[in-house]
Amino acid sequence: MADKVPISISVNGTKHSSLVEPRTLLVQYLREHLNLTGTHVGCDTSQCGACTVHLDGMAVKSCTMFAVQANGSSVTTIEGVGETGNLHPLQTGFWEMHGLQCGFCTPGMIMSAADLLKHNPKPTESEIRHGLEGNFCRCTGYHNIVRAVQHASGQLVAQAADD
Amino acid sequence: MYTAEFDYHKVSSVADALAALAANPDAKLLAGGHSLIPTMKLRLAAPSALIDVSQIEGLKGIRLEGETIVIGAMTTHREIEHSSLLKEKCRILPEQAALIGDPMVRNKGTIGGALAHADPAADYPASMLALGASMKIESSSGARVVSADNFFLGMFQTAVQEGEMLTEIHIPANTLGSAYEKFAHPASRYAIVGVAVVKHAGGNTRAAVTGAGASAMRLTKLEAGASSGLVDAADLLSDHVASAEYRAHLVDVMARKALARV
Amino acid sequence: MTQKFVGQAMKRVEDPRFITGAGNYTDDIAVLGMVHAAMVRSPYAHAKIKSIDSSAALALAGVLAVLTGKDLVGAGINPIPTGWLLPDLKISAHHAIQPEEVNHVGNIVAVVIAESRAIAEDAVALVDVDYDVLDSLSLGSDALAEGAVQVHPEAPGNMAFDWNIGDSAAVDAEFAKADKIIRLELKNQRLVANAIEPRASLAEYKRAGEEYTLYTTSQNPHIHRVMIGAFIMGIPEHKLRIVSPDVGGGFGSKIFQYPEEVIVLFAAKKVGRPVKWTARRSESFVSDAQGRDHESVAEAAVSSDGKLLALRVDTIANMGAYLTTFAPAVPTYLYGTLLNGTYKWNAIHCHVRGAYTNTVGVDAYRGAGRPEATYLIERIVSMAALELGMDAAEIRRKNFIQPDEFPYQTPVALAYDSGNYEPALDMALEKLGYAALRVKQAEMRKQGKYIGIGVCTYLEACGLAPSALVGSLGAQAGQWESALVRVAATGMVEVLTGSHSHGQGHETAFAQVVADELQIPVEHVSLVHGDTARLPHGWGSYGSRSAPVGLSAITLACRKITDKAKKIAAHLLEASSEDMEHVDGKFQVKGVPERNKSFFDVSLMAHLAHNYPADLEPGLEATHFYDPKNFVYPFGTHLAVVEIDSDTGSTKLIRYVCVDDCGPIINPLIAEGQIHGGVAQGVGQALLENTLYDKSGQLISGSYLEYTMPRADDMVQLEIGHTVTPSPHNPLGVKGIGEAGTIASTAAVANAVIDALEPFGVKHLDMPFTAEKVWRVMQPKLAQAADD
Repeated sequence: MADKVPISISVNGTKHSSLVEPRTLLVQYLREHLNLTGTHVGCDTSQCGACTVHLDGMAVKSCTMFAVQANGSSVTTIEGVGETGNLHPLQTGFWEMHGLQCGFCTPGMIMSAADLLKHNPKPTESEIRHGLEGNFCRCTGYHNIVRAVQHASGQLVAQAADD
Repeated sequence: MYTAEFDYHKVSSVADALAALAANPDAKLLAGGHSLIPTMKLRLAAPSALIDVSQIEGLKGIRLEGETIVIGAMTTHREIEHSSLLKEKCRILPEQAALIGDPMVRNKGTIGGALAHADPAADYPASMLALGASMKIESSSGARVVSADNFFLGMFQTAVQEGEMLTEIHIPANTLGSAYEKFAHPASRYAIVGVAVVKHAGGNTRAAVTGAGASAMRLTKLEAGASSGLVDAADLLSDHVASAEYRAHLVDVMARKALARV
Repeated sequence: MTQKFVGQAMKRVEDPRFITGAGNYTDDIAVLGMVHAAMVRSPYAHAKIKSIDSSAALALAGVLAVLTGKDLVGAGINPIPTGWLLPDLKISAHHAIQPEEVNHVGNIVAVVIAESRAIAEDAVALVDVDYDVLDSLSLGSDALAEGAVQVHPEAPGNMAFDWNIGDSAAVDAEFAKADKIIRLELKNQRLVANAIEPRASLAEYKRAGEEYTLYTTSQNPHIHRVMIGAFIMGIPEHKLRIVSPDVGGGFGSKIFQYPEEVIVLFAAKKVGRPVKWTARRSESFVSDAQGRDHESVAEAAVSSDGKLLALRVDTIANMGAYLTTFAPAVPTYLYGTLLNGTYKWNAIHCHVRGAYTNTVGVDAYRGAGRPEATYLIERIVSMAALELGMDAAEIRRKNFIQPDEFPYQTPVALAYDSGNYEPALDMALEKLGYAALRVKQAEMRKQGKYIGIGVCTYLEACGLAPSALVGSLGAQAGQWESALVRVAATGMVEVLTGSHSHGQGHETAFAQVVADELQIPVEHVSLVHGDTARLPHGWGSYGSRSAPVGLSAITLACRKITDKAKKIAAHLLEASSEDMEHVDGKFQVKGVPERNKSFFDVSLMAHLAHNYPADLEPGLEATHFYDPKNFVYPFGTHLAVVEIDSDTGSTKLIRYVCVDDCGPIINPLIAEGQIHGGVAQGVGQALLENTLYDKSGQLISGSYLEYTMPRADDMVQLEIGHTVTPSPHNPLGVKGIGEAGTIASTAAVANAVIDALEPFGVKHLDMPFTAEKVWRVMQPKLAQAADD
């Protein structure tokens, strides 16, 4: 068996030192070693985006990199984005605009949308749709996900949710 | 979900990478990993070791050296997409990078990884051929530079030999205009047909297509002035998504669109 | 009842956990000592298992067991039963692990149990299975053809069933006198449900008490308890607890009893450790029940002025290799009975043959039979309009069942209890600006630009369903639903429901109804679902039944609570319970509102019983089992607009208008969310999705690299309207909305594409409308135009 490798990763501001097999995917490390189960796995070919986290401030698919590759990096997962009472604007947007149904794609969707807004704070509808092309949702038809991102970017002020 | 077991070597220089390659002949170089890791997860590939070259500082970045733009092999698609140097001097590359995969793929994927993998439906090979780019390939015995025309040898096959690695991409900085038009696979969003057209300083136009055939190829008829019938369907791939005949038609359509924007 | 919460677009109470990553899905659960299962699956579509050599796998450090079909059969584990029986149905045994023969790629032949998932997956590669590969079948029509390979010996000619509904003689008579016969041959392609959460199961066995617990991704935990307990493993139901925690989407695919659930339960006892299995997506593609897959010939007899007279349908339904839980019902009672649509046909006849093939089993997928029926009717009606030179909206209007004609008995068994179709059509046409868009379309055509407008005026039957009726049609399950409303001493209310939410927002919408019924703050209501140990028996969520059936049970349980509360309040106020009224959250004496007791006062006294009516039991809780009297019949009009790029054949959805009537809406945010998602799945079928098997039964579209899922940039913002026609037979008048979007949108988009292609002489094209397919049909005319 390949030797386990020591890694040190800061996750949501907490430093973790662990021994992992090289083949442990970052998403498996987060879910199974750190019990951060908010990051999900929806496919095995890097399309669905349910596993999206931020690695050194950049959105990546945590199912398509090994935990050893994140050694020395800092990772932010959905658990580190905001919490009840102190939600991130995107979390608020998804809640207000009913941008989720089963909730499974939601963490990845929020992490991906956060990356989009970081680089483009007021995206058009078309930019939002293209910006989220790496995230699948089977429940919402993306209608309210688009609105959630518009809400988070301050583009839906005082508009009713169903108009 | 798990790959087979492998040893992991992270290297910080080309020399270290080449040494590690020599020590592990069965090893694979790991760059952005977006082609390799899914293949390993499906256990279609099981290298005994991965040599992580993605963090080699010397292989990152885009710089101008005289009349040549030098792109480090580990430069990500995102860096290419947002490079102001490329936007000014070689807009086809940022344009193309923006069409690769999705934002997360672009954040990790690298130009060197994409070129060395030589997926027949990858985007860059078309622009490399049209730009007349060349690739710097290094091994323990030294470096050599291979023109794009001699780099892509077939499906998943390049001029990079065992024990070698692609380190730099050299692009002429004095091209006069360029454009890329892609007809994407609806599911994978790889190119079914992607046509790159570049107008060069001497007034000549070079063009190439990716996705349509087993590997990217020059569109010599277009370069000679033809506007349709640019490729022979007999030379193209054919599958349930796009027949060879349809791909041949798309080459004409995409070429027309690209030419209009050069 | 004063409605304070019902009708409000309340934000969902379940969302805080999902948006912060605190959801609790099956794969998130880990228990002490847990080990992992990985399945050895057949790479062949059809083969005999000659031998299985597990020695190399067992020799791998960390491997605890390799179990085969013989182990299960030897331990008395029965095959997985089919839950809906048609007359003369030919059933072939479907074992959790096949002992002798595999019948589709992905069929399980062994399971590895190991200390880690990684080791289990390593060991799968070491299990050496020797197969004798047989010829195989992928297409339904190939399977029924003369001389076809035999999939199962139990089903001669691969015919699983041969089913009819309607009066064929009456249809023949109508055809004989019709002005015109419209003929349509169509394929309704196979789809994969693709809930984003892959299936997962975790089983525990406690030797003390011989009790099993199964955490699993299910829409209906009680159905598994019945199937596994009573039929497959012989575990007394009180010793088998099924927990279905947060579930990441179902769309039908998580209704069914799957092999893996049986395997982990069996293995957990065998190895004495909890066993978890989580599908990887590539497994989901070859093991989740798939949907649709019809080949049909339809003929409509019409008069020259556009009157629809009779419909004749002959369908081959590809059932896959095994008849899964509800599979036989989907292309029969959920399909043939729906072929009447919103129209007045004089006669209808439908013949369906179910074909076994060497493919994954086909069962309910969002809409289940009704999208297939709606697609067929709405395509043939639009085709009739085209051939008669009529407007697609007007031919529908002309044939609608009128509001004063309800209840309306169709020629295919269903009796529609209510409906009012024209206002929905008018509202949709108005929203779209239909007339103006038709003018614009004509102008664009002159410039070589092709948009198409698709009309679909659908009806569906949902809210499954009167138990006696479905029982008489072959269901091996009841279709009532249970509710237990439990009021604590402090007035807090816990609602236990047999309905299951896997994205539908029950925790919010159901609480809104309960809060209004009991006139209490909505935050005092909490919902419990998905755990057989806590709930009365229930039948779960599918067929858009949660609101019309599950919520009806809750409503009636609440009314029992209110009745009892009135008696307690009357006693406390020394009044007669007949004189009590329930106003603004208080139980008060009619005409003397200052004499009142709060819900809290009553709840507390129900628990203390210190000052209490002698003839009343203490406590405040009520159970209700609600069996619906009929289906409910949502309907509406969907209009799609597409644009086709004549250079490439690419089709893009550019507008989508829908007006749906699901009766009174409990929470508009949630109801519209259901429509959005439903529409996207129908758009996906029309434009993008396809499940392709090659001739040898290999699944070509077995990953997201080949199976096209709708992405954000494939969709548009929907333009939504509602009309409200209550169901006459349930307490809230509500009708299901979970499937309507999918049922309507496939046909709407397909009609739009065919409409766009009208200048090219296209009358029909099969879905999905991929670029090359569309380009090819445009080619002759375009080439001709280029030559001119």
